[in-house]
Amino acid sequence: MQEWKRQEGDETIFRTCAWSPPGCHPVGCGLQVHVKDGKVTKIEGDPDHPITRGSLCPRCLALKEYIYHPDRIIHPMKRAKEDRGQDKWEQCSWDEATDLVANAAKEITAKYGAETIAVFGGTGREANNWYPQWANLVFGTPNSVYAQAGWSCYGPRMTNTAFMMGGGYPEIDYAAKFPDRYDDPRFVAPEVILIWGKEPLRSNPDGLYGHAVIEMMRQFGTKIIVVDPRITWLGTRAEEILQVLPGTDTALAMAFIYVLAKEDLVDHDFIEKWTYGYDELVERVQEMPPSRAAEICGVPEEQIWRAARMYGKAKPSSVAWGLATDESTNGAQLGMCLVALMSITGFLDAPGGTTLGMGDDQGSVVRDGGSISADEKVDDATDSTLELALKNGIMTQETWYTKRIGVDKYPCVGQVLWTVQPDEFLKCLETNDPYQMHMAGFVSSNPVGTAIGAEPQRWWRALKRLDFNFAVDLFMNPTIMACCDVFLPVASTIEHDGMVVTHYGLNASFYGAQNKCVQVDECKSDVEIMLEVGKKTYPDFWNRFEDDEAYNNFHVFRSWLPWDELRDNVVTMSNEPYYKYKEGKLRPDGQVGFPTQTGRVELYSYAYANFDEDPLPYYEPAAYGPTTMPEMMKEKYPFVLTTGARRQEFFHSEHKQVPSLRQITPWPQVDLNPEDAAEYGIQEGDWVEVFSPYGCIRQMARVTPIIKKGVVHCMHGFWYPEEEGSEPNLFGNWKSNVNMLMPNSVNAKTGFGNTFKSMICGIRKADSLGGPNEPDHIVLEKSRQGEFTVQETWRPADSPVVDPVDYEKEMGVTK
Amino acid sequence: MTQHALYLDLEFCSGCHSCELACRNEHDFDPETNGIKVLEDRPIHYPDAPEGKWHWDFVAYPTEMCDLCEARVERGLMPACVQTCQAKVLEYGTIEECAKKLAEKGKKAAIFLP
Ligand code: SF4
Ligand code: SF4
Ligand code: SF4
Repeated sequence: MQEWKRQEGDETIFRTCAWSPPGCHPVGCGLQVHVKDGKVTKIEGDPDHPITRGSLCPRCLALKEYIYHPDRIIHPMKRAKEDRGQDKWEQCSWDEATDLVANAAKEITAKYGAETIAVFGGTGREANNWYPQWANLVFGTPNSVYAQAGWSCYGPRMTNTAFMMGGGYPEIDYAAKFPDRYDDPRFVAPEVILIWGKEPLRSNPDGLYGHAVIEMMRQFGTKIIVVDPRITWLGTRAEEILQVLPGTDTALAMAFIYVLAKEDLVDHDFIEKWTYGYDELVERVQEMPPSRAAEICGVPEEQIWRAARMYGKAKPSSVAWGLATDESTNGAQLGMCLVALMSITGFLDAPGGTTLGMGDDQGSVVRDGGSISADEKVDDATDSTLELALKNGIMTQETWYTKRIGVDKYPCVGQVLWTVQPDEFLKCLETNDPYQMHMAGFVSSNPVGTAIGAEPQRWWRALKRLDFNFAVDLFMNPTIMACCDVFLPVASTIEHDGMVVTHYGLNASFYGAQNKCVQVDECKSDVEIMLEVGKKTYPDFWNRFEDDEAYNNFHVFRSWLPWDELRDNVVTMSNEPYYKYKEGKLRPDGQVGFPTQTGRVELYSYAYANFDEDPLPYYEPAAYGPTTMPEMMKEKYPFVLTTGARRQEFFHSEHKQVPSLRQITPWPQVDLNPEDAAEYGIQEGDWVEVFSPYGCIRQMARVTPIIKKGVVHCMHGFWYPEEEGSEPNLFGNWKSNVNMLMPNSVNAKTGFGNTFKSMICGIRKADSLGGPNEPDHIVLEKSRQGEFTVQETWRPADSPVVDPVDYEKEMGVTK
Repeated sequence: MTQHALYLDLEFCSGCHSCELACRNEHDFDPETNGIKVLEDRPIHYPDAPEGKWHWDFVAYPTEMCDLCEARVERGLMPACVQTCQAKVLEYGTIEECAKKLAEKGKKAAIFLP
């Protein structure tokens, strides 16, 4: 095992684990960074890293191009408010930039209250740690914002897990917690992995090293079953690939449970001892026999029986549930079914089954807010971010409990997550109800851009109206160009010390050190930037930390090793045992069982019942789809649209400016079935206009049988950093941005989920990328929320959004 | 001199492109130059194939720019593409060693001499 830092000739070689920036989940892949004269000369994998063993994906391999990119912002910048939208930035000092941010915050706090400040964070990134800390501890506001409609990423699965069984986040077992990995005598390889709405090879989601699935297939003969609306490459290596119609898979999951129960492929001993509500669940799924699911999902009935049997008979079996669970309005129910499938086989937290975590939350997650008292000790080193903010007088309990936007309407979202409910927050920005917002910070988040914000033109207009905005990021992007006044340049993963823990600590395989290898100009780490601003906003708290290491040791690494030990180890395996529920390692009180009301896995969920949701899973058709909108589909939007499938060379909207990544996929691709393409006279490589009731974009045709006839998949995240950045073009933000086709506020009863995986659309052939979305000819459709009263008819309890905007007039978009 | 080769289990090459980038990093090639190149044989369902059984392959093959990472191998390291391969399907060895692997695999595998 090599040291964390060594000298070879004139090069220093650092071993480090990666997180972000650049964009990634906390996978923590092992890097060896070669440095000469303070500059990176080469990036390669670290053969000593127990999980990745020298492997890396293209994004880290291209790090040199990324960190030294000529377009990277490497000095703080400011811009006059009246120049928002124009490329009129001016370099300034860190002191001036942080003064601008801190003074704006102080002024706004004094005038309107701290709650009128919001801090946005982007998905998966290290900023997941920082944006609640920015909000609660730097500004004293409860309003941290993850802007994706319906919080449609990870949050819903976290909630399912927290409500039904605890254990943070269930993950497939790939011996990821043991130093000897697959050689550990405790480990048994899964016989079958059920991969549901997920492509682990491309997404390395949340800390799962995706290619481990291939390792286990090759080494142990592990078999896989894949459920996906597309044939994925991994799916071609599966025993079964169930190609569902987008938005219908809750029906399929119910049918799986039906088969397992009917054929008695369950572990009665486990069910008896450790679960609650099995009989009720079985009774419920009687309404969804495979024959009915087959019709709904467009999957052969025989295949459902076959696949479910195969899963039920496997010993052990494991479930990998994907993002698709989060992005639909029927997703909570899908999640309920999948939790049931993980557990009724008896392989929950068993070797080769689906592992649970000890639920360490890195201080970010709201822990039982009820027990917090502002008079408790000030510097309790186990306090969550929220507790710290309350005890140090940075935020009052009243602010936290009464001012967090949207959680009164959607308390279910507020229960497990530490943010606002995003769709309600957008309405608040537009309508000033319940109060007016005045300032926003964007910490590695780009809601006007192409990754998370549905109807991005609404975010654009709403955020531009605020009094002051700043961003912490690496590259100029549409949100910053349109809305911000100050740009604070942040360091990448190899430019700062830090820690990376898989699943944000919720189910930790290992604790990885992010070791600082180089300094790039004036860039600073997130923590350094927070410290600088924090010392100006709440000096009493922040002055306790001399530097980032002091703060990290206090609030970031604290439940683990001290920093120097973490760094020297590079990778510290968590070594968590199996069967934690049998050893009292899941419940805060140390009792055996699960941290739920009944102490068991609640297949019948009291927690959901408490939020007026059905305690048992049910199938509900997508808000936009063939069941709900047959006429509209017949008239104008005959296709089911799905989106979000990953490419490994990009992380959502990132990396489009990195040459060796962009060349792998130069243009956004819309997948069309050959029959559909032929009908519309579209050929491979043609530009295609894709339109929904909400807008219209262009992508390039990829004609492929992997997508079913009648279904269309659009790539997400595409913009053109090489194009004009000033408004209205904003780097071609509106041209290929699939979020233009998606509404906000089409959420489940709980406030989670949206239409990202199941929308309706029409297509037509186009001549070029340009056309109606050319810079001098941009058409931004009005928000159709008021017009399409989907919410009113489909979920009558909700109110539609009014406030349709004439973008042409108000935002200066010419026609 | 023993001749070396690259062995690829192409049943499980996921087409991730990591080998391409790793090779460029190692040799300081520009983005246009490939020591190894990932080709795709796009998905198709052959008429005779069973329902749900698809053909879709990636093949990573070394070009004439590949020197089998002579300098690395001399220092006792694995070739860059082999070390980086995410699916661990690229291997390096003598022609004989590679041929043995090929025979053991028995299907969907290849040996390359750049
Ligand atoms: S998945 Fe890719 S980007 Fe993420 S840490 Fe690993 S190599 Fe880096
Ligand atoms: S062996 Fe070395 S030179 Fe050849 S393709 Fe692999 S990395 Fe490139
Ligand atoms: S790195 Fe390995 S899996 Fe990826 S494309 Fe190359 S050979 Fe295939």
